[in-house]
Amino acid sequence: MSAVLAFGSNAPASGVVWGAAWRRFRTDRVGLVSLAVVSAFLVLISAAAAGLVAKGWQQEVGVPNAPPHFLGPAPAAATSGIAQPSGPNVDISAVDPLAPRYKEWAERAAQLKTVDTVKSETLPFGGDRLGRDVLAKAVKGAEVSIMVGVLAALVATLLGTVLGALGGFFGGKVGDLLEWVYNVFTSIPGILLIFTFAAVLNRADAVIPKGIWSIVIILGLTGWTGIYRLVRAEFIKHAVREYVRAAEAIGASTFSRMFRHILPNVSHVALVQLSIHVVGFIKAEVILSYLGLGVAVDQVSWGTMLAEAQSELILGHWWQLVAATAFMAVFVTAFSLFTDALRDALDPKLRGLE
Amino acid sequence: MADYLIRRLWQMIPTLIGVVLLVFFLFKYFGGDPAEILGGLNASPDQIQAIRDQLGLNKPVWEQLAIFFKQIVTFEWGKSWATNESVANLFMTRLPATLTVMVPILLLDVLLAIPFAMAVAAVRGSLTDRTLMVVTTVALSISFLVYVIVGQYLFAFQFGWFPVQGWSDSTLTNLLVYTPLPVLLAVMVGLAPQMRLYRTFFLDEIGQDYVRTARAKGLVERTILLKHVLRNALIPILTNVAVALPGIFVGSFLIETFFSIPGLGREVLLAVNRSDYPVIQAVTIYIAVITMFVNLVTDVLYRIVDPRVVLK
Repeated sequence: MSAVLAFGSNAPASGVVWGAAWRRFRTDRVGLVSLAVVSAFLVLISAAAAGLVAKGWQQEVGVPNAPPHFLGPAPAAATSGIAQPSGPNVDISAVDPLAPRYKEWAERAAQLKTVDTVKSETLPFGGDRLGRDVLAKAVKGAEVSIMVGVLAALVATLLGTVLGALGGFFGGKVGDLLEWVYNVFTSIPGILLIFTFAAVLNRADAVIPKGIWSIVIILGLTGWTGIYRLVRAEFIKHAVREYVRAAEAIGASTFSRMFRHILPNVSHVALVQLSIHVVGFIKAEVILSYLGLGVAVDQVSWGTMLAEAQSELILGHWWQLVAATAFMAVFVTAFSLFTDALRDALDPKLRGLE
Repeated sequence: MADYLIRRLWQMIPTLIGVVLLVFFLFKYFGGDPAEILGGLNASPDQIQAIRDQLGLNKPVWEQLAIFFKQIVTFEWGKSWATNESVANLFMTRLPATLTVMVPILLLDVLLAIPFAMAVAAVRGSLTDRTLMVVTTVALSISFLVYVIVGQYLFAFQFGWFPVQGWSDSTLTNLLVYTPLPVLLAVMVGLAPQMRLYRTFFLDEIGQDYVRTARAKGLVERTILLKHVLRNALIPILTNVAVALPGIFVGSFLIETFFSIPGLGREVLLAVNRSDYPVIQAVTIYIAVITMFVNLVTDVLYRIVDPRVVLK
């Protein structure tokens, strides 16, 4: 933005555009509330990433499948099998070859300290099958899922914007080449492309360790095409505008014209697309993690929680399902509404279309 | 028309070559070593070397690429590494199951979404409209996975209305017994986004001048919507269906995995987990070809639906 200003005080500062957008956004009450919710989530996941909250999500603090506080402890399962014998044990020390050493072993055992951790019967919002706190898992899962969504959207947007800028600005051979790449990527259905990349990266552990990064790369590399198309169209439109010709006349380099002059004018398109893709990628991560193509086994995401919840639900342990769903629903709803408000604010022409 | 078709078919070739190159180099340079996958963990270096020779992995890259091209053109993909089933056979036996699930889903989705979207568009701006938009926003924010998990639990496990999962050899039994629940769940979830999208298409048309003209000459709203608006809105709807159409071949992977339906989507997923490269490569390339043809057919269909469209 400041780069545009630097070319003379007469040039309209693109800061005005953002200021106007912010003024429009401020009047949108739904947008403001959703922004607050999204910000709250971002604070929460920053805290989780810094280890302030949900640090001990892997500790087994409760009994397996501990119910939530408000349900009270689970009824004790009826002990089955053979009834305990009553009466004193039969004295067989006369024939037991180990009998002389029992005393010695008992003394040695007394020297060792064992600590019995008391596992709580109930947890704030229940526990999973290992007795881990579901609430902590949902918070930690939010960190992983949202990080994947945001990072993958950043990768896709960066890729789409740079390629779109190149294709739209230069046209000709470069444009044709990029159109060819675009056609190749879009001729394979999205989910199949994701599977293909996943199959390849599954075996490329040495290059990219399985986990957050591999899924970010899979989603980013397969999801850039829509953004490319939109940015390219904008660049084609802007490349012949007078302000770009003027910049060329005063000797601005190609790079400078593309990324200092045109990009700020089309960045709202990229920003809205980034926002739309975050939601899409969070949903994709959930499905991929469920299918076992997502985050590593020592990590937790909303997807892995749902995968566990499937078998728990049959046993009547619904809390993990509800926790993961509620966290995801609140965040994704808020983020979608925020995206709508953002689009309305940045691109008033589109207001009320959807 | 013939000229157009020939040119379009001609234009497919570079794209197809691109797909083949993408798949080839992706697996060649980023995927694991096929010999190590096939040999397993206990293979000796000699055995690995033998497999490499057998697969032609020691030949120069361009020669391997030529073999790859030959396999595609002759449909000779060889056999799945995991099950030794021929890839062609795999296609033939898995595709019917996928279509049995996906075709009803696609049809019901579109046929239900159109009247719903039109009804909502007719009362645009009203409380019903706005409430429905809010409800769909929230409903859409919940993962498809949750609907499937809860749906299967409630409708099949608790209420016992449907079998929990299963599949038979008879298409009729499959359609009447095993597919209703997956189809119901998928349509329930797919309807909301579809309806929202179609609603915007209808709203776009309702704002056009010809609608005002129709109102001015005294037509009833019903006639305007059903005769004028619907016909015009069908064009973007058709585009949308066309975009979704190629997805039906693998699109039901989640449902297939969840309900253990032996379809193509589940097969691809299994192949990914087993690093069964021939299956993944073959499916990717052939589905890409099918996608291109479906797109061509749609473009021709435009001409039939909308005579104003000029194919060039």
